[in-house]
Amino acid sequence: MINDIPLNYFLSLAAALFCIGLFGSLARKNAIAVLMGIELMLNAVNINLVAFWRYGSPDPILNQAGIVFALFVITLAAAEAAIGLALVIAIYRSRDTVNVEEINLLKW
Amino acid sequence: MVQNFTLLIPLFPLLAFAIIALLTRSRNRLSAWIAILGVILALALSLGVFLEALAEGAELAVNPFYGAPIVWYPYGTATVNFGWLVDPMGSAMLFMVPTVCLMIFIYSVAYMRHSHTGKDGHTIHEDDPRYARFFALISLFTGSMLLLVISSNLLQFFIAWEIMGFCSYALIGFWSFRGLKEHHIDDAQVGRARAASIKAFLTTRVGDVLLMTGMILLFITVGTLDFTQMFSPDGLNNMLLGEPPIGALQWPTLIALLIFGGTVAKSAQFPLHIWLPDAMEGPTPVSALIHAATMVSAGIFLVIRMYPLFVFDSQTGGFSMQTVALIGGFTAIFAAVLGLAQNDIKRVLAFSTVSQLGYMLAALGIGAFVAGSFHLITHAFFKALLFLAAGAVIHAVGTNDMLKMGGLWRKMPITFLTFLIGALALMGIFPFAGFWSKDEILLEALRLGFFSESGAAPLVQFVFISLATAAFITALYTGRQLFLTFFGKPRDQHFYDHAHESPVTIWVPLAILALFTTVIGFWNTPFAPAFTGYVGEAGLVGLPVPFEHHAFDQLALISIFVSLGIAFGGLFVAYFIYGFRPVGAGQPDPLERLGIIYRALASKFWLDELYGYKINLDGTARAGLLVRFVGLLSRFSYWFDRTIVDGLVNLVGWFGRIMARLWGWFDKHVIDAIVNGSGSVTGEIAGWWRTMQTGNVQNYALIAVAGAMAFAILFLLRSFT
Amino acid sequence: MDLFGVISQLVFLLVAVLTLAAGLATVLLRNVFHAALALVGTFFGVAAIYLMLEAEFLAIVQILVYVGAIAVLILFAVMLTRGMMQTEDSNINSQWAWAATAIGVLFVGLFILILQVPWKISGQPVVGDTTPALGTALLTTYLLPFEVVSVLLLATLIGAFIIARE
Repeated sequence: MINDIPLNYFLSLAAALFCIGLFGSLARKNAIAVLMGIELMLNAVNINLVAFWRYGSPDPILNQAGIVFALFVITLAAAEAAIGLALVIAIYRSRDTVNVEEINLLKW
Repeated sequence: MVQNFTLLIPLFPLLAFAIIALLTRSRNRLSAWIAILGVILALALSLGVFLEALAEGAELAVNPFYGAPIVWYPYGTATVNFGWLVDPMGSAMLFMVPTVCLMIFIYSVAYMRHSHTGKDGHTIHEDDPRYARFFALISLFTGSMLLLVISSNLLQFFIAWEIMGFCSYALIGFWSFRGLKEHHIDDAQVGRARAASIKAFLTTRVGDVLLMTGMILLFITVGTLDFTQMFSPDGLNNMLLGEPPIGALQWPTLIALLIFGGTVAKSAQFPLHIWLPDAMEGPTPVSALIHAATMVSAGIFLVIRMYPLFVFDSQTGGFSMQTVALIGGFTAIFAAVLGLAQNDIKRVLAFSTVSQLGYMLAALGIGAFVAGSFHLITHAFFKALLFLAAGAVIHAVGTNDMLKMGGLWRKMPITFLTFLIGALALMGIFPFAGFWSKDEILLEALRLGFFSESGAAPLVQFVFISLATAAFITALYTGRQLFLTFFGKPRDQHFYDHAHESPVTIWVPLAILALFTTVIGFWNTPFAPAFTGYVGEAGLVGLPVPFEHHAFDQLALISIFVSLGIAFGGLFVAYFIYGFRPVGAGQPDPLERLGIIYRALASKFWLDELYGYKINLDGTARAGLLVRFVGLLSRFSYWFDRTIVDGLVNLVGWFGRIMARLWGWFDKHVIDAIVNGSGSVTGEIAGWWRTMQTGNVQNYALIAVAGAMAFAILFLLRSFT
Repeated sequence: MDLFGVISQLVFLLVAVLTLAAGLATVLLRNVFHAALALVGTFFGVAAIYLMLEAEFLAIVQILVYVGAIAVLILFAVMLTRGMMQTEDSNINSQWAWAATAIGVLFVGLFILILQVPWKISGQPVVGDTTPALGTALLTTYLLPFEVVSVLLLATLIGAFIIARE
C-alpha cells in the first residue's frame, strides 16, 4: 500500500491541515476555538513526523524516533489543552468573556 | 591667681543690669540692693586683682596680667580675642572705679527718694518713678567702664566706650520725660534734660567717629588691635612702613591724633567741652559717675592706654604729644576761667572737671605720665566727693543756684565738712589728695620746661604758666563756691528753712570718700613716690619708655611752696571778694562789675551759639551756627539724595524693568516654545506609535507569522536562485 | 500502477478530503460546540492517516487521547463558558482577511517547497510488530525524555488545578 502513495500526498495534507489550524488560531474570536486551531496544527505536524518515519527511516522497527516524537507531541498537546482551557475558564470567570479581542489588558 | 578671673569683674554689674531690667524693675528697693551687690562683688574681685598686682610691683609693667582666651571672631589666619589686660595703671583704675562707684550707688539709694510738701502741709517722701531703671542704667554704666579698664584690645575697649556713650545719654536725659506723679520736675527741666542728653550724645559721637577712624587705620597699618601685640616694637614700627598719608604727616601722628579726638570729645576738652556743663541736667549721682569714675576718666584712660603710641610718635618726630599738651593746657585755664562766672553749684564743678582733665592731658602731653595718671586717680575721689556733697546740698535745699544759698554750714555740718575737704583737695592744699598730684604735675612741668638738660621747651613753659594760672583760678572759684554756699547769711530764707542735714546713707559715702581724699595723696609724695615706682618705673606694656625720675631735691621743695602759695593766693582772693563781705540777699555777684567780660564768661564765650547747641533755662534749645550749617548741609544732601541719586536709581530700575519684560517675552515665546515643542512632538509620535500595542494576542501572532514568512521567503529566494 | 495502488490512492484522497473538510468545519463553524464536534471528526481522520502509515499504536493513542480526553475536555470547556454557544455576530475577528492572505501565501510556499525538495526515501517495509519495539525504545533509548514528559504532565495537572480553582 505504502508504495502506491507518494510522500508528497501526506506532506501536502499536513501542510493544508496546518494552514487551516493556523487560520483558526489567528482569526477566531472564541478562545476555545483558538485552542482548537492549535490542536489542528499539532496534528498536522504529527502527520509529518509519522510520514517521515515511515518513508525515511532505514529500519522502521529499530528506529522509532518519529513515533516517539509524535507520542511526546500528543502528550504535550494534552498538557497544553489542559492549561489553556483552565486559563480560558479562569478568564471567563473574572471577565465574563472568552472573546480574545476583549482580553486586551496590555492595550495602550 | 585672682588675675585669671579678671574677666568676671565687669560681669557682675552687667548681670545686675540684666536682672533689674528683666526681672525686678517693679521692685525699687530690691533693684537698688541688687545693683549695690553687683558693685560690691566687682569691687571684691577688683581688689583681689589689685592686691595681686601690687604684690607683683614694678614687675607688672613688664609682664602685665594678660589673657585673651575667648576667640571672638577670626579674620584671615589670625583671630580677635576677648580678654583682659591689667598693667599697673589698669590695676590702679580697678581700685578706683568700683570704690567710687560703690559710694555713688549707696548714695543714690537715698538720693533718688524725693521729698516734697503735700497738700496737707506734711512732707512726703517717695521714690523716683523710674527708680529701678536708674539703678539698672548706672549698673550698666559701671560694668562697661570696668570692661573698658580691663580690655585687652582696642575693639573691646571701643565697645565698652560706646555702651558708656549710650548710658550717659540715657542718664543725662533721665528726667527728660515726666510722669504724673513727678512734682519735683517742671516742664523746663524736662526740656533741658532732653536737649542736654542729645547734645552730650551727639558731641561725643564726633569723637567716637574720629576714634573709630583711628582704630581702623591702626588696624590697617599695624595689623592687630591687641594692646600687647600692638605695642611690641615690631607692631609700632609697622606703622612707619608705606607712604605717609597726607604730606609730611606720618601714620603714627595721624592715628594718635584721631584717637586723641575720641578723648577730646569723651573727656570734654576744648573745643568739644560744650556738652559737659549741660550734662548737669542729670541726677547728681550721674554727674558724679560721669565726672569721676567713668565717662571722662575713660577718655583720659584711652590716652594712657595708647601712651606708647604717643611716645613712639614723638620719638619718631611726630607732634601728637605736643597737641595733647597744648589742648590740655589751654582747656585747663579756659575752663577754669569759665568756672568763675557760674552760679549753678554743679556747673562750677563741671567746669572744674573740664579744667582738671586738661591738667591731666597737659601732664601726659609733656611726658609726665605718672603725674597725669596719679591725678586721674586722686581727682576721681575728690570730684566724686564734691559732686555728692553738692548733690546733698541741692537735695536738702531744693535749688542749684548758689546765690540763693548761704550760711548752710550751720544747718548741715557733716556735709559742709566733707565738701570742705573735697574743695581743699581741688584747690591743692596740703595734705589732701589734690595737693600731691597737682604739685607733681607742676613740678614736672617746671622741671621739663625750665630746668631740662636738653634746654628750655617753650611749649612746656606755656603749659606750666597755663597750669599755674589755672591752679590760682581754681582756688579762686572753689573758694567762691565755698563762701557763697556755706558762709555768710542765708540769702533766701525759704530755701534755708527747707535745708536739713543729710540722712545717714548720704553722709556715710561722703565720709568714706573724704577719708580717701585725705589719705590717697600719700601714695605718691615727693618724699616717698610709691605710685611712681609702681606705675612708672619700667614704662608701659611692651615698650619701655624712658622716664626721668628724680629724687626729692630743691626743685621739688620749691615747687611745693609755689603750688601752695598759688592755692592760698587764690583762696585769699576768694575770701577777699566773697568771704570778707558776704554777698547779701538780692545783691549781684561782685564779678558782674567786670561788665562785658563777666557776660562773656557767664555765656561761656558764646561757643554754644557759635558752633554748639544752646540750651536755655526754660528748656528751649537753639542750634549754633555750625550746627545750623550742618543742618542746611544735611537738608541739601537729602534733597540731592531724593532727586538726583534716587532719580538715577529709579532710572536704572526702570531700564531694568523694560529689559526684564523683553527678556520675559523672549523666554515665553521662544525658549518655552522650543522646550514645549520638543515635548509635544515626542508626545505626538509616541501617541501614534503606541497604538501598535493593541493588547490583542492574535495581532501579535499574526505579525509573528508574517515575520517568520518574510524570513522564510528570503531564505527560499536565496536557495533557489 | 495496479488496481490496488489506484484503490489505495482513492482511499487516501477520500480520507484526506474528509479530514480537511472536518478541519475547515472546525475553523469556520459559528457554533463552537459544532466546531468541537468537527474537531473530533478531524482527529478520527488523522488516526486513519496514521493507520495508512502503518503506525497502528499511534492511531490508537490518537483516538484515546485526542478523542477520549482532549475533545471531551474542550466540550466541557465549551459548555462551561455557556452564552458563547449561540453567537449573533461573527465568530471571525477583524484581521481575518490579513490572516487568510498570509496563510495563503504560506500554503503556496509550503506546497512549492514540498514539490521541489527531493525527499530521501528508503522505502523499507515495516516487517513485524512495532508496538513491543516502541515500548523497548521508550524505556531504554528515550527513558530520560519519557520521564521528563511524565514530570511535565504532573506539573500541568497541578497548574491546571490551581489556575481553574475559584
